[in-house]
Amino acid sequence: MTDYLLGYLPILIFLLIAVAMALAAVGGSYVLARHRPDPEKDSAYECGFEAFDDARTRFDVRYYLVAILFIIFDLEVAFLFPWAVSLGDIGLVGFWSMMVFLLVLTVGFIYEWRKGALEWE
Amino acid sequence: MVDFLATYLGTPVLIVLHIFAIIMPLLGSVAYLTYAERKVIGAMQMRRGPNVVGPFGLFQPIADGLKLFLKETIIPTGASPVVFLAAPMLTFILALVAWAVIPVNDGWVLADINVGVLYLFAISSMGVYGIIMAGWASNSKYAFLGAMRSAAQMVSYEVAMGLIIISVLLSAGTLNMSAIVEAQQGLWYAIPHLPMFVMFFISILAETNRHPFDLPEAEAELVSGYNVEYSAMPFALFFLGEYANMILMSGLATILFLGGWLPPVDIAPFNWLPGIFWFSLKVMALLFVFIWCRAAFPRFRYDQLMRLGWKVFLPGSLIWVVLTASVLTLTGNLPE
Amino acid sequence: MIVQALAFYLFATVAVLSAGMVITQRNSVHAVLWLILAFFNGAGLFVLTGAEFVAMLLVIVYVGAVAVLFLFVVMMLDLNVATLREGFVEHVPMVVAVGFVLLAELLVLVGGWAVAPEAQGVRQAPTPDLAETPNTEALGAILYTDFLYLFQAAGLILLVAMVGAIVLTHRRREGVRKQRIPEQIARRKEDELTLVDVPPRGGV
Repeated sequence: MTDYLLGYLPILIFLLIAVAMALAAVGGSYVLARHRPDPEKDSAYECGFEAFDDARTRFDVRYYLVAILFIIFDLEVAFLFPWAVSLGDIGLVGFWSMMVFLLVLTVGFIYEWRKGALEWE
Repeated sequence: MVDFLATYLGTPVLIVLHIFAIIMPLLGSVAYLTYAERKVIGAMQMRRGPNVVGPFGLFQPIADGLKLFLKETIIPTGASPVVFLAAPMLTFILALVAWAVIPVNDGWVLADINVGVLYLFAISSMGVYGIIMAGWASNSKYAFLGAMRSAAQMVSYEVAMGLIIISVLLSAGTLNMSAIVEAQQGLWYAIPHLPMFVMFFISILAETNRHPFDLPEAEAELVSGYNVEYSAMPFALFFLGEYANMILMSGLATILFLGGWLPPVDIAPFNWLPGIFWFSLKVMALLFVFIWCRAAFPRFRYDQLMRLGWKVFLPGSLIWVVLTASVLTLTGNLPE
Repeated sequence: MIVQALAFYLFATVAVLSAGMVITQRNSVHAVLWLILAFFNGAGLFVLTGAEFVAMLLVIVYVGAVAVLFLFVVMMLDLNVATLREGFVEHVPMVVAVGFVLLAELLVLVGGWAVAPEAQGVRQAPTPDLAETPNTEALGAILYTDFLYLFQAAGLILLVAMVGAIVLTHRRREGVRKQRIPEQIARRKEDELTLVDVPPRGGV
């Protein structure tokens, strides 16, 4: 347990150092550089036009579909990770168990494909 | 080095020194990667590239860095300041901390954890936030659109990357990065898994938003996308993060497919050289291909990009996983 | 092991504080960002308890995938705080009633809590020692064989989720022009191109 945690300690320290470096870089530049705010300079870039409405508007529903499908396939990959490293120990039962699992998801994948959910028109 | 670290790992000072021994060469490499990119593309387009600052323009990256450091940090009036500044920092931090588990030589790794591959996968899956946050916080249409595109693109290729990694894990039987490299003694995985290596390389081009998949930036239509409102140091952090990610992903490809620090053949003249030389050489070769792709290919269209990710890479890598598992099980070659 | 304790308090404090920020933030995008921070610290806590695989999965699945969807949703909803606050007062009785029902349910649940007789036995067989078996392999050794039905049920749930998502959100659009790659490749010069020898001043 102790060895295991010592393996993670450098990551924690690394994270703290990286955060400190990022803050120092942005903070240092902010302090050193000259600031001359100007309403034109600080407005959002829109090819020289005044921005005529809020940029945070609705966007296409297909982005959600991509996100949902991503979650599902990400979970599938998550199930594959322990399987891949322990396949040597779990034998044919483990192998076929995963094949059935993948088959079920392939059915879903084919359904998606046929429905055209994977197309970006 | 191994014993040395193992004995003194408890001493935080040494950990900190080791961390700086990673960060400093990394930032140096990033700086000279930008220089190399401009020189290589210059040569490919029969130009000279940067040649004014210092001999052969060698001080160009330093001049660029200094310039960006001393410029004014513009925060647009409509933006959310905290998120706006946090986004580039996040990108930069993630690009750095991912290096904690990369072994550059036998035993030269900061944190030799059991789940190294998962750690990298986790860090790279968080990379999408830097971009979404930037796009949302800028409150600019171009930035927002670029960020949405980028997010959808990155998550699409992440699935394929995960499945490709599974094939390697099946052959290696471990999630530890050093053990994966050692499992390639004799045969690099790029040879049996050649189609996966090619797919992996294309996926990391998409994952790092590089050409020909640089739609999030698409300067011709989105005027550089999510970072259009950024200036000075926040912009530099995005830039550093992006290039550090390129090096990181090349390193990952080297470890998974090209045998990490192992020499191409384990005979006399080759194994005299230290492992880090081979590791760097392989990473540089991959980075050269990154740059070459930028010079050679036109940009993909968005529907083509999504089609490639979901309809070619996803089923292709899934079939390869099943194939690898079947072959290894049938021939009884599974690692214990 | 003072470092371990310090790390625990760091992660725990940040997790609780950011969870608090999630429910107090006005801006829903900020709330999701705090939620991500809470997840991340949760992963840190998992690492401290020795569950490294679960910690990484928490980051990969929740931070890397679920929270992206949340962000997409709240970014698109375009919530307006002013309109949300309208009619707050008239809904108060309803809100209190629902809250009361939920609280009662929780109390019943906690009141009826009993330790299953097998639980003690399960606890006697703890996870294998981390130094010998990494917990990814320990999990893999039983998940696909001993818990086969549960594993297949998870697969079916994912299938339902996939079909459900498509039924709910996918709309086929009319009149889109698609790239048909086989047709593009199948085109030959002879089919598409004719050379016409136009006489001078003759026109075609």
